[in-house]
Amino acid sequence: MWDWSFTIAILPELLKALKITLSATVVAYFLACVLGLLIAMVKRTTWKLVVYAVSGVVEFIRSTPILAQLYFVFYVFPKFGLTLTPFVAGVLTIGVHYSTYLSEVYRAGIDAVPVGQWEAASVLNFSRARIWLTIIIPQAIPPIVPVLGNYLIALLKETPLLSAITLVEVLETAKIIGDNSFRYLEPITLVGLIFLVLSYLLSLLVQQIHAKLS
Amino acid sequence: MEKQNDAVKGRPIVRYHKIAKVFGDQQVLTDIDLDIFPGEKVALIGPSGSGKTTLGRLLVTLERPTSGTIEVNGELLWHKSVNGQLLPADEKHLRRVRGQIGLVFQQFNLFPHMSILQNVMEAPVHVLGMSKGEAKEQATAMLNKVGLGHKLESYPRQLSGGQQQRVAIARALVMRPKVMVFDEVTSALDPEMVGEVLAVLKEIAAEGNMTMLLITHEMAFAREVADRVIFMDGKIVEQGSPNDIFVNPQNPRTNAFLSRFRQA
Ligand SMILES: Nc1ncnc2c1ncn2[C@@H]1O[C@H](COP(=O)(O)OP(=O)(O)OP(=O)(O)O)[C@@H](O)[C@H]1O
Ligand SMILES: [Mg+2]
Repeated sequence: MWDWSFTIAILPELLKALKITLSATVVAYFLACVLGLLIAMVKRTTWKLVVYAVSGVVEFIRSTPILAQLYFVFYVFPKFGLTLTPFVAGVLTIGVHYSTYLSEVYRAGIDAVPVGQWEAASVLNFSRARIWLTIIIPQAIPPIVPVLGNYLIALLKETPLLSAITLVEVLETAKIIGDNSFRYLEPITLVGLIFLVLSYLLSLLVQQIHAKLS
Repeated sequence: MEKQNDAVKGRPIVRYHKIAKVFGDQQVLTDIDLDIFPGEKVALIGPSGSGKTTLGRLLVTLERPTSGTIEVNGELLWHKSVNGQLLPADEKHLRRVRGQIGLVFQQFNLFPHMSILQNVMEAPVHVLGMSKGEAKEQATAMLNKVGLGHKLESYPRQLSGGQQQRVAIARALVMRPKVMVFDEVTSALDPEMVGEVLAVLKEIAAEGNMTMLLITHEMAFAREVADRVIFMDGKIVEQGSPNDIFVNPQNPRTNAFLSRFRQA
């Protein structure tokens, strides 16, 4: 059943497509991390209207499917004059979507920093920005690294959705190979294994970072 | 007596005027009028929940008065004067006025992710704009002063409570405040560590020029160090020299409060 020479023949093509999967993951996750933190910080300001507005948008993004958002950004935005490449549209959509999840993770981390830390810093007259940067964030993040890491792995597994907006990532490549050769077993199984290995490696990496930070 | 007259010279450095503070439906402070003069050591005593901490926190803007005004060195804390008009203070104004006040908490509140030296250096560098070298020098000197010059690279969790509190004192002092508020800085400590922290406070007091507001349950200490003792319970009940208050209190509530300590 399993054809080893076919397996070896298609491997380079799959690995090439894997680059797209990986770069989309890294860029989207980076965006999610930065934006998620900003959302969590804005939600702790006293600007009520901004907080309401941001909370509303976050709630909306979190409760609608990524696929719908991908279609909207890729197919509807151009109607308003904003045409994006599949990669940019995809990374933006997934990154923003995941930032709404990560903002909740950050919130938990920030809430866990004792109020006495804020008070001590403010009595020492640190600026708001300084308090965030040197007192709160360094204490809020180490405990949440494992959860942040879980979202990285979840995001990685979300990237096949990008094929819906014509980005040929690793799973779509496997499917095309199957369509052309009428052999689906090897390419699809390989993609499964690739995701398994990647997820495992990422979880090791996250463990390392967590151990180092705490 | 000589000591007190000396201290009560000139313009007050801190002035609470008709201060009231309400939390929800609980009135915690009522009609507080209090002038503290440069160099004065004021001990604030009173039962638990009598508003002592709140009074201290008002001075560093951790709480905002419900009504009344606070002046620091002649400047209103929550208002700034622009062309003779009073406007709500902005962050810049708050920070400038607040910069003259230091506060040490009962719970130390050291930054756990920083070494002792970093704890003390951080504010001089980022708030006062000191160079790293200069800040390190001053922080080290201050830590030496509180007897912790040999612990610079330790982290707070490696220190005893008494040592942590001494770091917290050094961290506040290195900012060169004109007024220091000490809020029950020995209450969270094991009894055998109270002495080392009080010794540091006495040393600061003995230098003379620091204005100190000492919130404390250590009556012997208050009696020794303070120029003036205030007994409060939501409002100022009675104040006077340590002798007036501890030996000869006029108000029966003061007497009742102090009798608990006499028995102990
Ligand atoms: N942020 C707050 N919100 C609501 N109530 C508060 C707040 N801070 C203080 N209180 C209440 O105000 C009252 C006075 O508190 P405060 O801490 O000033 O008393 P204290 O004299 O320092 O007492 P202790 O000797 O126990 O430290 C208490 O009843 C307290 O519960
Ligand atoms: Mg208190």
